[in-house]
Amino acid sequence: MTNERDILITEVALRDGSHAINHQYTVDQVLNIAKALNDANVPFIEVSHGDGLAGSSLQYGRSRTNEMELIEAAVSVADKSKIAVLLLPGIGTLHELKEAANLGAKMARIATHVTEADVAPQHIAYAKELGMETVGFLMMNHMAPVAKLVEQAKLMESYGADTVYVVDSAGYLLPDQVRERIRALKQSIGVNVGFHGHNNLSLAMANTLAAIEEGATRIDGSVRCLGAGAGNTQTEVLVAVCERMGIKTGVDLYKMMDLAEDIVAPILQVPQEITKDSLTLGYAGVYSSFALHAKRAAAKFGVDSRDILIELGKRKVVGGQEDMIVEVAAEIAKNKPKTVLV
Amino acid sequence: MSKVKVAVLGSGNIGTDLMIKLGRSEFLELTAVIGIDPQSDGLRRARELGYAGVDTGIDGFLADPTLKADIVFDATSAKAHLYNAKVLKEAGIKVIDMTPAAVGPYVCAAVNTDEHLDKDNINLITCGGQATIPMVHAVNRVAPVEYAEIVATIASLSAGPGTRANIDEFTETTSRAIAEVGGAKKGKAIMILNPAEPPIMMRDTVYTLVEEGKMDEEAIRKSIADMEKVVQAFVPGYRLRTEPIFEGNKVTIFLEVEGAGDYLPVYAGNLDIMTSAGVKIAEAFAKKLLTKETV
Repeated sequence: MTNERDILITEVALRDGSHAINHQYTVDQVLNIAKALNDANVPFIEVSHGDGLAGSSLQYGRSRTNEMELIEAAVSVADKSKIAVLLLPGIGTLHELKEAANLGAKMARIATHVTEADVAPQHIAYAKELGMETVGFLMMNHMAPVAKLVEQAKLMESYGADTVYVVDSAGYLLPDQVRERIRALKQSIGVNVGFHGHNNLSLAMANTLAAIEEGATRIDGSVRCLGAGAGNTQTEVLVAVCERMGIKTGVDLYKMMDLAEDIVAPILQVPQEITKDSLTLGYAGVYSSFALHAKRAAAKFGVDSRDILIELGKRKVVGGQEDMIVEVAAEIAKNKPKTVLV
Repeated sequence: MSKVKVAVLGSGNIGTDLMIKLGRSEFLELTAVIGIDPQSDGLRRARELGYAGVDTGIDGFLADPTLKADIVFDATSAKAHLYNAKVLKEAGIKVIDMTPAAVGPYVCAAVNTDEHLDKDNINLITCGGQATIPMVHAVNRVAPVEYAEIVATIASLSAGPGTRANIDEFTETTSRAIAEVGGAKKGKAIMILNPAEPPIMMRDTVYTLVEEGKMDEEAIRKSIADMEKVVQAFVPGYRLRTEPIFEGNKVTIFLEVEGAGDYLPVYAGNLDIMTSAGVKIAEAFAKKLLTKETV
């Protein structure tokens, strides 16, 4: 099957999409979505808490269902698609990786901040030992210059990553910047190059096409844009666009459209749009999962969520620092000039 | 007044910072810094300051009859500690283990030092543990904690190769100690590296969920403020960044740890709190030993 495809898509709605629904997936929802993705012939389906294995926490939001049950459910209905898991060293450990592998996960995506690849070697090596395909997932890619990205990608390759991803966690990159990054990686590493976009600036599709043109062959998408912030590159749309361009994805377009409309849309609490908060993420270069946390903090402290996100961008917070959101909100509220009542 | 003799095993960042702090101690007398690399900056500094700089490792130190110590700080690695622990025990020398090996019981300097003064080997948990467990304990002593979760964010520059290669040990060890030492029924730890320039100071967020019906805001606020002072007594740069936030049965505490800037820069509060905790515990040992002598 693989050699009939020009690009291999990983569907991330059951991981990145978990952010958009406050980590409330049920086993039934995962069974239905994973089964439909398998029927549509999507090669990889990522299932984990939004912040990766063991992400269920007060910091990021607690999962309604233990992610291991969700992984098990997805594996049970996927006879063609492979199940992938995400792991951020510092949050998840080898222990959860092993548990996921035992349940049938076949791909481990080890995610680090773009400059911190050297926390990943033991996780990549262990995933290999467990017989998993491995991905080095370099997040918040826009925060490092291209030369630094190349250095870190080489580290990931040296640890045994089969693929290295440019991950635009903030949905901040512009198409030319994506082009430059993918080109630099294609010239400097020998393994597959991938791209993961966010649609905060309405550029996920344009960025993905730029990445494919430069030689990226592993591409992430989320059906109905079910991902953090404004979501990711919309999978069913990507499949259609690739078909028009003669790029073989091997994915069934009608089945993806039906999945998006009939199964995923009803799960969304609100439709995935580019709201002022998600637009601010892309504009300020802030980790996409911060959007809903900022919205809640803004309501609690009576401040504008955009001010919180802009301030977080200025302070160069990285993925995972959700605790900064409440703190910054509290600070803005404290410094806000008091309204004078007359 | 006589002092208790100590040696520092490991001549890297932690060992060198310890050396500077020990130079100020009223109760401890540093005799030797022990390394394995004759070229190391730490050993060169040790010799400049008049301490013995041993470059033949723990075996070299133990074989030299002119060198003595009642307490050794082990600032090497978890793997090396297993051997060091064995030979130091045989030699009858107390060990303060700063590695994640955890051969001895977990000790958080601000919480349970006194319980373990009779042990021959104690473990310092992790930097995140030294910073956050006091606050878990502070809440738990007035309102039983069902669950505590900590997030330690440190500057990338202050996380050396050892920390990076063993990041799982950080999360697992800290999680266990939040429960064992902090008193929470269940613990969880998260570590984040932030590469921002200029480097950020160590920051820690502590979330605790107290038992239903046991929330006592006033008592918790007071307990937290008291604990802040206890830690400040040996880490002056330890402070609450903002008022704790109370929501239902959840208490969120925001901390910052500024280092003393001895050998390591001030942003490396994570390393400073470890070395400061090590010295505080060694001083407690020393006071006990000195009291025994005078009796």
